[in-house]
Amino acid sequence: MPFLRIFLLRLLTTAITLAGVAVIVFFVIRVVPGNPIAMMLPPGATEADIARLSALYGLDKPLVAQFGIWIAGVVQGDFGTSITTRQPVLDLVLGRLPATLELSIMALVMACLLGGAAALTGTRYRGGRTEGAIDVANGMALSVPDFLWGLVLILLFGVLVPVFHISGRVTPSLDLPFATNFYLFESLIRLRFDLWADIVAHMFMPALALAIPLAAIIGQLLKQSLKETMNLDYVTLARTKGYGETRVILREALRNAALPTLTLVGVQFTFLIGGTVIIERLFSYEGLGNMAIDAVINRDLPLIQGIVILFAVIFTAVNLIVDLLYTVLNPRLRHG
Amino acid sequence: MDKSGAVDGRSMIRRRAGLRLWLSAGWLAVLCALALFAPWIAPKDPLAQDLFLGRLPPFWVQGAEPGYWLGTDSLGRDVLSRIIHGARVALAVALAAGTITCLVGASLGLMAGFLRGWVDMVISRLIDIWMAFPPVLFSILLIAVLGPGLGSIIIAIVVIDWTRFARVVRAEAMAQGAMDYVASARVAGRGRLGTMVREILPNVLPTIVVLLTLEMGIAVIVEAILSFVNLSISTDDPTWGGMIAEGRTSVHQAWWVLVFPLVTLFLTVLSFSQLGEGLKDRFDPVLR
Amino acid sequence: MSFLSVQNLSVRLKKGPPLLRRVSLEVAAGEVRGLVGESGAGKSMIGKAVLGILPPSVEVTGGEILLDGVDLLRLPLAERRRRIGALAALIPQDPLTALNPSHRIGPQITDRLVDILGWTRADAEARARALLAEVQIPDPDRVLRSYPHELSGGMRQRILIASAFAAEPKLIVADEPTTALDVTVQKQILKLIAGMQARHGTALLFVTHDLGVVSKVCQRLSVLYAGMVVEDTSVADFFAAPRHAYSAALLAATPKYTDPSAGLTPVPEAVIAAVQAEVAAFDRGGAHG
Repeated sequence: MPFLRIFLLRLLTTAITLAGVAVIVFFVIRVVPGNPIAMMLPPGATEADIARLSALYGLDKPLVAQFGIWIAGVVQGDFGTSITTRQPVLDLVLGRLPATLELSIMALVMACLLGGAAALTGTRYRGGRTEGAIDVANGMALSVPDFLWGLVLILLFGVLVPVFHISGRVTPSLDLPFATNFYLFESLIRLRFDLWADIVAHMFMPALALAIPLAAIIGQLLKQSLKETMNLDYVTLARTKGYGETRVILREALRNAALPTLTLVGVQFTFLIGGTVIIERLFSYEGLGNMAIDAVINRDLPLIQGIVILFAVIFTAVNLIVDLLYTVLNPRLRHG
Repeated sequence: MDKSGAVDGRSMIRRRAGLRLWLSAGWLAVLCALALFAPWIAPKDPLAQDLFLGRLPPFWVQGAEPGYWLGTDSLGRDVLSRIIHGARVALAVALAAGTITCLVGASLGLMAGFLRGWVDMVISRLIDIWMAFPPVLFSILLIAVLGPGLGSIIIAIVVIDWTRFARVVRAEAMAQGAMDYVASARVAGRGRLGTMVREILPNVLPTIVVLLTLEMGIAVIVEAILSFVNLSISTDDPTWGGMIAEGRTSVHQAWWVLVFPLVTLFLTVLSFSQLGEGLKDRFDPVLR
Repeated sequence: MSFLSVQNLSVRLKKGPPLLRRVSLEVAAGEVRGLVGESGAGKSMIGKAVLGILPPSVEVTGGEILLDGVDLLRLPLAERRRRIGALAALIPQDPLTALNPSHRIGPQITDRLVDILGWTRADAEARARALLAEVQIPDPDRVLRSYPHELSGGMRQRILIASAFAAEPKLIVADEPTTALDVTVQKQILKLIAGMQARHGTALLFVTHDLGVVSKVCQRLSVLYAGMVVEDTSVADFFAAPRHAYSAALLAATPKYTDPSAGLTPVPEAVIAAVQAEVAAFDRGGAHG
């Protein structure tokens, strides 16, 4: 079965990639100056104390041995213990993951809506000033990274017209009855719309900052794709049936035009997820990215490794899902 | 019936391309001038602190002090002078990191795309692995490893972003390598390296130039982000990112400390990007 | 009173040369009119103008298109589309590109019935099945569930023909419906179209470059050269004694399948020069008779 073979090949390349990431991050951060143990202990600590704690974390062994120990642990699901918080890395990392996932997905949805709207409007009113204006806006959104948009949004809607919150996931004084860390999702399921509104008010700007560059890409690509599709014969035929132009774009052209956009959006989505590192910092949002920066500053080696591996796994998973989606959505591929 | 005509569209694009090319080149030229002549142009000493002059607003707001055109930060330092001096770091990083990343990335991409075989396999795998790292996190990690400083930032940018050039150049080289003019060069007896440089490079050059301007904009952003996280250069020399970090904390009391470096950064990044786009339109044979 | 009446229709490339030069023609209810001419003569353009699907690079500079008494060109765009959708339909040229690859066949036939005419889904599907039977497609239920790429070109053309008759239009524009098909299939399709036209009593504007097709299917024809109508007559009269030199040359140029040894007679230079002179005279502002 050819599908099985392709799938296994994908699995192999993915494994190699992840292994490569693991190796690189492991050895790169061991070159870091600054002893994390020394940073953790109070100033009066003796050499013996430092040595003992180092041994506890296995930092006194040769590098290759350390790597072997770590990998052995990883395979069994043990990613080591965080130096700064003394907690298992896996727990810490999985604890922060929902926040980043929710933020990324919200940003993705926003990007699709904004970009889609831009592309559709530009196609519906093509050739005029509307399309020109959309192109200019698109170009600007494309050229400026999420970091700058985040700052602009903080100024506009956090300071000038304070509509949204510019820090944190949720107002600190609120009492949260959640079982998981999926605040946004759970608040909906529990029908706690008051909490949901508060969470959205906190997430809106970081998500928007992340979304703007992706929205611009989607807008540009989809508009180009629509432009080509609108010239095809089946679209012309639809016009003779009596459908208005908007209907023609949405019914006939959109699905076919959207498909080629999908693969690029997948890759760009991984960039968006990477952007959460700085955006979370900017908005003091308690996600993986924010934790990652602290981990680096504190030289928390096991935590750094765990976070980087998790990001790599997420990126690979996204790529896999996009490829799967493409096969499912393209009728020609489905029936082979 | 529809209004647009193909002929109209083309001339409009050409006019727009010309305008944005001049605007972005203009801003970048101004920046270069500021950076080069900073000590003479800046009205005040960027490092001079004066706590009695802390948090003064820009000149058009009530309570401003003459001479401090864009106001001062919490330590009384002149915002305008700091921005002018910040241009030095920004442009230094842009030029150095941009060109080196371009050279490294383009070379690797060229080799992978043209030589194929195991060279391509290794480089492609490396690119895959690199793309699995979140770039900002990677850069912060590298700076932690290399220690703060201008050199570290440049190295970090090169190490992280070479894949941007490598991927695109590799694809182009592969496409060009399959074309007839390359085959005829080989038949004519040119060695592989010779063919690679003389035949393929000129055709890949427009793409590389456009990416170069883009990379310069990215380098400025990376430096700003690193400054923001306090991991940039080690001295007290002002950087736009550092100013933004300070401005962020006092944004409600002294918005100008955040706004002006932000606007400068925004315009700079925009200009680099639009310069690239404008050049791309110039190079596009369809529009000529 | 004709169902379709094109009066002095002039069309040109935007800020460019004319493509149709004051074209006039009439199609009575239930009549089949052929539009013949060489490639680029503008015959397709007339059909597109009638159905409101001229390409964006082209504009109408004068004339009227009366569909059941109402001038389409004076209507606002939405109303024009609606009127055309209700009264007319297209049989497109290339079956391989005229069906949406992302939709199944069924919806592509029933869509206009349900969305625009307000039929129920059940009624529309029954109609689709009946139409597929009429075009002799076996196993209609399977075909309705299929995607276009799963079917052959010939079958897709039958579907397009069936689809054109779905809303019981009064006028169908057939834009070279057999040109893209295998020779073996062409004859069948032609018979099919002729049969359906007769059964449904639909007026047909048949665009083609093949005079043989015209003789079999059409009652009247218009001959076009460079966007100008050079002859407008009944098919019988045309084949008996064409009035215009160009028409006569066209007839003479038709290969005689019954006599393979006879050489091919291209249209003589003199005739071409003469008809080009007519066009030039028209462009200079002379009235065209």
